Amino acid sequence: MRPLTYLGVTLLVLALAFWAYRENYRTQAAMSEMGQIQREIAGLREDLGVLRAEWAYLNRPERLRELVNLNFERLQLVPLESGQYLDIGNVDYPKPPAPPEAEDAGDTAPSQEQQP
Amino acid sequence: MIRTPLRPLARILRAREHGENPDEIEAENRRLRHEAIQHKARRRAEGRLVLMAGFFLLAFGTVGVRMGVLASSNPSEPRSQVLSAQIISQRADITDRRGRVLATNLLTHSVYAHPQQMVDPIGAAQGLARIFPDLSEEKLIRDFTGNRKFMWIKRKISPEQMQAVHDIGEPGLLFGPREMRIYPNGDLASHILGGSGFGNEGVSSAEVLGVAGVEKAFDNWLRDPSNDGAPLALSIDLSAQAAMEEVLASGMALMSAKGAAGILMEVETGEILAMASLPDFDPNNRPRPLLKGDASDSPLFNRAVQGQYELGSTFKIFPVAQALDLKLINPNSGINSKSPMKIGKYLINDFNNYGPQLSATDVIVKSSNVGTVRIAQMLGVERQKDFLQKLGLFEPTSIEMVEAPTGRPLVPPRWPAVTAATVAFGHGLAASPLHLAAAYATIANRGKRVEPTLIHGRKRPEGEQVLSPRAAELAISMLRQVVTRGTAKQAEVEGYEIAGKTGTADKPRPSGGYYKNKVISTFASMFPASDPKYVLIVTLDEPSVGSGGGESRTAGATAVPVAAELVRRLAPMIGLEAKTDESLPSIAARFQPHVEPGPHDEIKLVANQ
Repeated sequence: MRPLTYLGVTLLVLALAFWAYRENYRTQAAMSEMGQIQREIAGLREDLGVLRAEWAYLNRPERLRELVNLNFERLQLVPLESGQYLDIGNVDYPKPPAPPEAEDAGDTAPSQEQQP
Repeated sequence: MIRTPLRPLARILRAREHGENPDEIEAENRRLRHEAIQHKARRRAEGRLVLMAGFFLLAFGTVGVRMGVLASSNPSEPRSQVLSAQIISQRADITDRRGRVLATNLLTHSVYAHPQQMVDPIGAAQGLARIFPDLSEEKLIRDFTGNRKFMWIKRKISPEQMQAVHDIGEPGLLFGPREMRIYPNGDLASHILGGSGFGNEGVSSAEVLGVAGVEKAFDNWLRDPSNDGAPLALSIDLSAQAAMEEVLASGMALMSAKGAAGILMEVETGEILAMASLPDFDPNNRPRPLLKGDASDSPLFNRAVQGQYELGSTFKIFPVAQALDLKLINPNSGINSKSPMKIGKYLINDFNNYGPQLSATDVIVKSSNVGTVRIAQMLGVERQKDFLQKLGLFEPTSIEMVEAPTGRPLVPPRWPAVTAATVAFGHGLAASPLHLAAAYATIANRGKRVEPTLIHGRKRPEGEQVLSPRAAELAISMLRQVVTRGTAKQAEVEGYEIAGKTGTADKPRPSGGYYKNKVISTFASMFPASDPKYVLIVTLDEPSVGSGGGESRTAGATAVPVAAELVRRLAPMIGLEAKTDESLPSIAARFQPHVEPGPHDEIKLVANQ
């Protein structure tokens, strides 16, 4: 009986040691992967900052104004005027051809919304 | 230890005398000795067992506690140091009220040299001089061949320049990462933003510090990591600001003015939607301040906040509103307006002679100096001073810019009768256009004090009531009549019910006295008059406009048309509806529209962190 117990315990210890070893390496791999992802996130954030700055630069009012002037023939954009405001209730929307789903009618839209 | 003998002689002899077996004594002693030995051995073994048990308890206890801690704590990522993210997170972005970027950061590089590590110092100097035309080749050669160990070459370089420097192939030329502040909109809102520069510089990073404007006033806030990278949202509206600068610039050119300033302010909150001062500058490349001469000649000078101007007739509404508040007059009271009027040895004249008497409303509508002085005399010096102080015209504005304290109004130290009289029509007390905006906003806000601010959506305590709502309403209706039938007829913009007051003030000479042909013309207005929502101030520095052969410098011909154009452009942009008599039919919806619900997962806007 005793030799069997010894053998069993030894095997158990071996198995546990193997499991702990594997867990340890898996954790380390996960951590290094996470570090890599964080570096990647930092890099992407940096790119995002550049893109955001570029977006703001390309959308600066001065440039947009020049583009509007250059493309006046096609776009015919003029500054917003006071007469261009209308209450959404003043607009006669045609009825859509067929409602896609009857049960969606429960959601009501705010009808007093302002629409430029 | 004394060993007890197994066969003690005394006892053996005694036992032999009694005829007993002496061996029994020996056996007895042997037994006692063994017992003692056994006892000792057991004590030692027990001690060892206790020690072992202690060790095991401690070891298993440690493991158990650790497991307990792991089981009960929340799982979290172990933080690892990420260098590049830290560099770019030094300073928060600045946005306008709708989140459009006004100032952000960009990662660039700086280039520096270790001349002692150089292989070919002369070739490197020639290469650098070719890439950066502003560097002098001789100076670089001198520096590189001397005994310097370290030198900066350029603080900020573009990626193309970096590649070109790299292509020189000189091991003594090195790059360091730099966070750079950029203002993508260029000149836009330059006076508000201010600008930035580098503080402590190292090879691997440099501090970015604000040098003026909001950047400096909020320097600590912008650099505080505990804000989690949240951007600073200003009350400025980017499109309104751009339109204001455009209209002001064309107005300035049309009126051949030297400078111009405009302020658009929300009455209820005191938030500034647009504030411009022309000429302006590019905060990306901030010019050097003037070391001599008049500060206002520099584009860095913010006329709207730092300018100290005698704002002329725009001040007339203050004594009139106060007299209405104190019920000394009503809008129809007759005021003696016989010109000229004599105070001590000084004569006060009107622009035109308005006859012997004007109603209080007409004093404002026709802008009578004499009439205003008469009303101010009814108030007395103390009450007049007190009211101007309550309007904030004696203190610098509380706006969140470092330049705010430099815009401290020039208040006369003593108030003899003649000073009180001239202050009543806006001479002798010099304040910035922003002060005027805050004072007009206070009237527009039904007499509740308004403090200007540049920060969007901040809760602030309600202002003190400095004027009764009734008096404020009467004053607004007087200002409205200035536009409908007075000096500012050109300011009538259909649907926006502008109420305002013109002011044309002669510019004081630095040597004393006033210029004959240089004026500051101002139009202070609020709209719509029935429920004022916005205050607009337009100031032109030294304008003149040709009118019917002659030259006109009055505000009615210069500042007023510019203000009208500003309202026309800005009011629809900021979502103010024009009031029209025409009423459109309201049509009931023919179907219940299905509206997609908005996304539930909220995306938090953060700057780079």
